Amino acid sequence: MSVEWLIPAMLTIVTAATPLVFAAVGETVVEKAGVLNLGVEGMMIIGAIAAFAMAVTTGSEVLAIFSGAIAGMLMAFIFGVLCVYLQSNQVATGLALTIFGIGLSALIGHSYVGNTFVGLAKLDIPGISDIPIVGPLVFGHDALVYFSILSVASVAWFLKKTRGGLLVRAVGENHDAAHAIGYSVTLIRMGAILFGGAMAGIGGAYLSIAYTPLWVENMTAGRGWIALALVVFASWKPWRAFFGAYLFGGITIIQLYAQGMGVEVSAQFLSMLPYLATILVLVIISRDSAKSLLNAPACLGKNYHSSG
Amino acid sequence: MGTRLTLFRLESRPEASKAMVYLSPLIAVGMTIITAMVMFALLGVDPVDAIATFFIEPISTLDGVTELCVKATPLILIGVGLAIGFQANVWNIGAEGQLIMGALAGGGLALAFYDQGSILLVPAMLICGTLGGLAWAAIPAWLKTRFNTNEILTSLMLTYVGLLVLSYLVHGPWKDPEGMNFPESRMFHDSALLPVLIEETRLNVGWLLALLAVAAGWVLISRHIIGFQIKVIGIAPLAGTFAGFKEKKLIWVTLLISGGCAGLAGVIELSGAIGQIVPAISPGYGFTAIIVAFLGRLHPAGVFFAGLLMALTYLGGDSAQITMNLPNAVTGVFQGMLLFFLLASDVLIRYRVRVGRRNIHTRLSE
Amino acid sequence: MTNAASSEIPRLELIGVNKTYPGVVANKDVSLKVRPGEIHALLGENGAGKSTLVKFIYGVQKADTGLMLWEGLEVQLANPNAARKLGIGMVFQHFSLFDAMTVEENIAVGISSELAKGDLSGRIRKVSAQYGLPLDPGRYVHTLSVGERQRIEVVRCLLQDPALLIMDEPTSVLTPQEVEELFKTLRRLSEEGVSILYISHKLEEIKKLCHTATIMRMGEVVAECTPNKETARSMAEIMMGDNLISPRRAHHRTDGEVRLKLEDLSAVSNHQHGTNLTSVNLRVHAGEVLGIAGIAGNGQRELMEVLTGETLADTAEAIMLDGTAIGRMDPIKRRQIGIGLVPEERFGHGAVAGMSLWENALLSGATRMKLLKKGFIKKEASNDFAEDIVKQFRVKTPGVGHAANSLSGGNLQKFIVGREIVQAPGVIVVLQPTWGVDAGSAASIRQSLIDMATRGAAVLVVSQDLEELFEISDRIAVISAGRMSDARATESITVEEIGLLMAGVGLDGNTVDVV
Repeated sequence: MSVEWLIPAMLTIVTAATPLVFAAVGETVVEKAGVLNLGVEGMMIIGAIAAFAMAVTTGSEVLAIFSGAIAGMLMAFIFGVLCVYLQSNQVATGLALTIFGIGLSALIGHSYVGNTFVGLAKLDIPGISDIPIVGPLVFGHDALVYFSILSVASVAWFLKKTRGGLLVRAVGENHDAAHAIGYSVTLIRMGAILFGGAMAGIGGAYLSIAYTPLWVENMTAGRGWIALALVVFASWKPWRAFFGAYLFGGITIIQLYAQGMGVEVSAQFLSMLPYLATILVLVIISRDSAKSLLNAPACLGKNYHSSG
Repeated sequence: MGTRLTLFRLESRPEASKAMVYLSPLIAVGMTIITAMVMFALLGVDPVDAIATFFIEPISTLDGVTELCVKATPLILIGVGLAIGFQANVWNIGAEGQLIMGALAGGGLALAFYDQGSILLVPAMLICGTLGGLAWAAIPAWLKTRFNTNEILTSLMLTYVGLLVLSYLVHGPWKDPEGMNFPESRMFHDSALLPVLIEETRLNVGWLLALLAVAAGWVLISRHIIGFQIKVIGIAPLAGTFAGFKEKKLIWVTLLISGGCAGLAGVIELSGAIGQIVPAISPGYGFTAIIVAFLGRLHPAGVFFAGLLMALTYLGGDSAQITMNLPNAVTGVFQGMLLFFLLASDVLIRYRVRVGRRNIHTRLSE
Repeated sequence: MTNAASSEIPRLELIGVNKTYPGVVANKDVSLKVRPGEIHALLGENGAGKSTLVKFIYGVQKADTGLMLWEGLEVQLANPNAARKLGIGMVFQHFSLFDAMTVEENIAVGISSELAKGDLSGRIRKVSAQYGLPLDPGRYVHTLSVGERQRIEVVRCLLQDPALLIMDEPTSVLTPQEVEELFKTLRRLSEEGVSILYISHKLEEIKKLCHTATIMRMGEVVAECTPNKETARSMAEIMMGDNLISPRRAHHRTDGEVRLKLEDLSAVSNHQHGTNLTSVNLRVHAGEVLGIAGIAGNGQRELMEVLTGETLADTAEAIMLDGTAIGRMDPIKRRQIGIGLVPEERFGHGAVAGMSLWENALLSGATRMKLLKKGFIKKEASNDFAEDIVKQFRVKTPGVGHAANSLSGGNLQKFIVGREIVQAPGVIVVLQPTWGVDAGSAASIRQSLIDMATRGAAVLVVSQDLEELFEISDRIAVISAGRMSDARATESITVEEIGLLMAGVGLDGNTVDVV
C-alpha cells in the first residue's frame, strides 16, 4: 500500500466525520440537559439548505455558515417551545421536526437544484501545507474542520469545568432538585436546545458547502440519526463522540475505496455499512443495561412542569 | 420559573380533558390551513385558490375519491399498527423499511411465479408481504429485548438498509431484461394484481383490508387484555410489571403487529397500485403514517380519518404541482406543520392556559 | 433555650399569608414569628399546608396575598437565590441532590457562584468537621447513605452562614441514633444564634427539640404552644382535630398457621443504586399483623418486588405461600393463589394515574376476580368490582369511570388497598400503607388491615413510620442493608432496640459502628 493512497483516504475520513462531529457534540449538550431531540436530521438538512442558499446567493462562506447555524437554531426553537414550554412528547416532536425539515428544505431547495458552489477553501499555508504527509494531514483542511475540533474541546471543557456546565448537568440529572434550588429549568434547557440546533445546522452546512458543494434533496441521508447513535455510543462524552464520528468516517470511506481496490461487492451493500455499523455499535453499547443507564442523564426525555 | 411565561401560564387540570382529546386535532388542522394560506400568500399564490387546489379539487370527482382511498390504504394500515405500538411506548419509526421489505417479499413471489396464473398467487403474496414486514420489524424487537438497544435508531437504520436492498434488486437481479436497462422489474402478470373494487379505477381489495385492520385494531385496543396491557405498559411500565404484564412480550407483539401491517401495506401498494417493482415504491408512507397515528389519537378509528386527511395532502401536493407549479415538497411541510400544531394543542388536554399574570397578586412591597 | 425570647425583633415574620391552588385552599391567613436563635416547629398533618408555606418563605413560589418581614423589614422574594442572599437556607425532605455528581459539585450548584469559587472542598471539610457532619467532597452522591446525603444539604446551607435554617421533615429518613446526632448540631446552631424552622409531624421529637411550635390544620394556624409544656396527646388533638382515632382490635394472635414463609430469601436488586436482599427469613401467621421497620433504601422496595414477582427469588422454595413455592412464579399466578400486594408508589406503580378506576381495578384483579373471557375484558364485571371497592372502602369519587389521578391521595390509597382486600387473599403485603395520606383515611386503612388479620389472613406491613407499626403490629422485625432481624412481639421490643437494629447492630453479628 502506498502513501499516495493513504492521504486522500485520511482526508476523506475527516470530511465524512466533521458533520457528524458537529451534530453529535451539539446533541450531547442537549441530552446532558435532559432533553432528547430526535430532530437532528431535520435541523441538519435545514442548516444544509440555508447555508447552500446563502453561499450561492452571496458567495460568502462565513455568511453561509452563520445562516446554517441560525436556521438550525430556528428549528431547535420550534422544538424547544413545544417540548419545554408546551410539554409535548419529545419523541413525537423530534420526529415532526425531521419530517418538517426534510419537506421544508426540499421546498426551499427546489430553486437551488443544479446550482454549484466552489466549496469551502482549504487552509493553505505555503511551505507548511506542502510538507509530505504531515502537511496535508494537519494543515490541509478547511476552517470548519478545525472549528469542529475546537468545539469538541470547548464543550468538553464547558461541561466539566464551568458553572454553566454544572447547571446543564444538574438540570439533566434532577430537574426537580434544580428547580427547588432556584434555577430555571426551562431557560437552561432552552439554551442547550438552541446550542444543539446551531451545531446541527453547522453540521448540515458542512455537507452542502464543503463535503459535496451542491444541493440534493434529502442529502443528509440519515446522518442526523447516526449522530444521535454516536451520542449514546460516546456515553455522553464529547471526546468519545468525536472519535466515534471519525470511526464512522472511516467506515463511510470503505465504500469509496473498496471498489477502487477491486473488491467485487455491489455499491448498495457497501453503502449499507454505516447503517449496519450504527446498529452494531448500539448493540455493543446497550448490552450492559446497568452500565449504559449509569451514564445516561437521569432526566433524559422527561418533561418538566412546575406546578408553582 | 417553570412555565411561568409573562404572556401565559399553564395550569394542570385535575383530570385530562376528554373534549380536548378530540378537539385538538381539529384545532391543529385549522391552524395548519391558516398557516398554509399565509405561506401561499408569501409564495405569491392566491391563498384561497391554493387551498381549493390542495384540498378540494383532488376529491371533486369519483376518480379522485377512489384515488384518495388508494393513497389512504397504506397510511391507514401502517397507522393502525404504529398507533398500537406507540401506545406501548414502542417507537417503531422504521415502518418505511418494513413496507419496502414487505413489498419485496410479496413482489419477489410475483416475479418467481410470473406465468403460473394461479388464483392463489395474490393471497400468497399478501401473506409473504406481511411476513416480510414482520421479519424486518423482528430485528429491532430482538435487539431491544435481547440487547436493550433503542428501537427508534435500529428500526430507522434498517429503513436505510431496506432502501438499499430495494435499489440493489431493481438495479441487479430483478431488473426487467427487456426493460431498456431501466432499474425496474417486469410488469406483474394479471394474476399477481389485486382485484379492483370499482371498474376503471385503482380502488382495490387493499382498501377493504385497511378497513379490516381498523376494526381489528379497535377491538384489540379497547376490548382485549393485550390492548389493555399495551396501554398500561405505555403509560406506567412499573404498574404493568406489578400487574404481571410482560414487557418483552409486548415489545414483540407491538413491533410484529406494526411491521406486519407495514409489510402488508407494501405488498398492497405494489400489487394494487403500481404493478411492478420500482426504485421508489413509497413516497414516505411509513413516515407519514407516524403523523397519521398521532393525528388519529393513537386510536384505530381516529387513524382512519387521519389517514384520509393525510392521503389528501399527497393528492393536493400533486395537483398543486400540476396546476400551480408548486413543488410537491409542500406536502411534507404541511404534514410536519400539522404534527407540530397537533402536539402544541395537545397541551390543552392536560393543562389550562391562563392568559396574563395572575391578577390576584398583591404587590408586597414598594 | 437561652436565646429564645431575648430579641425584640423577630428574624422572620409572616402576616396573613394566603395561597389557593385550583380547588384547594393551601394557606389561609397564616401568621408566624420566628425569633433569632429559636427552634420553631411547624407542626401539622400531611396536607395541612406546611410545604406551601415553606415554599413561600424560600421564594420557590409566591403567595396570593400576605406579607413577609425579615428582621422587621418587608421583603419580596423573587426566587430561592434571593432567599439565600437574605440568609435563608433550606434542607429539603426529598433531597435536592444530583446522584451522578460529586459532593462538592452538589454543594457548588446550591450556593452562589462567588461562594463556590476558590478552595470549596477545603471549606466543606472545615465546616463539616466543625459541626460533626463528616463528608468527603470527592465522593459521588449515589454511593452515599441517606444520612450522609442529608449532611450534604446541611453543609450546603451552613456554608452560606444562614440566619434561618428551614428543615423539612428531616428525621423521616434517619435512625433514632442519627436523629440524636442531628439534634446536637441543630442545638449548637441555635446557640450560635441561627433560627431554625423545623417542619414535622413527629410530636416526641418536637417536644425534645423545639422552643415553640405553630400548629396548622387544613391550611390554617390553629394554635401556638410551647412543646415541652404540652403532652404528645394534647398536641396531636390540636393537630388532627376530630380525626384522631386509634384503631381497635379484638385480640392479638401470633400462633396461627404459617401462611407466608420466607426462607433464606436472596435477591439481586434491579435498581441502579438498590440494596440486595441477603438470606431473609420470616414467617407470617394467619391472623397476625407483622410489621417491618427500617430506614428507606434498606431493601424494602426489593422485598416488595420479590414478593410481587417483579423480580424473581433465587429459588422457588424461598417464598412459600400457603404451602406453594412461589419464588419463581409470575405475578399473575401468585395472585391467583392468593396474595394481595400494595406497593409504595400509588401513581405509576400501584395504579395508573390517567386510567379510570375500573381499569385500575382490572389491573390486579383480572384473574382472581375472573374479569376476562378468552382474553376479552368483561367490562360490566370489572365495573361491578370497582364499585364494590368504592362502596366498601368509602372512596370519595363521582364514579368508577373517572381517572385515578382525580382522587385525593388518601382516597386513592383506600381504593388500592381495598382492591387487594376485596379479592380476599390469604396473605396481604403492604408497603408504606399511609404515606402522604390524610389522618382520616390513614386510620381507616389501618383498621381495614387489622380487620383483614382478624378474618384469618396474614398481614405484612412494611413502614418507616414507627408509631404506625407499634399501633397495628403484633410482631415487629427490622430490615437493614437487605438483612432481616428476627421478629419480636410488639410488647417486648423498644424504640431504642429498633433503632440499633435499623443501624445494622445485632444482625447476624454484623455490627455497624454507630457513633
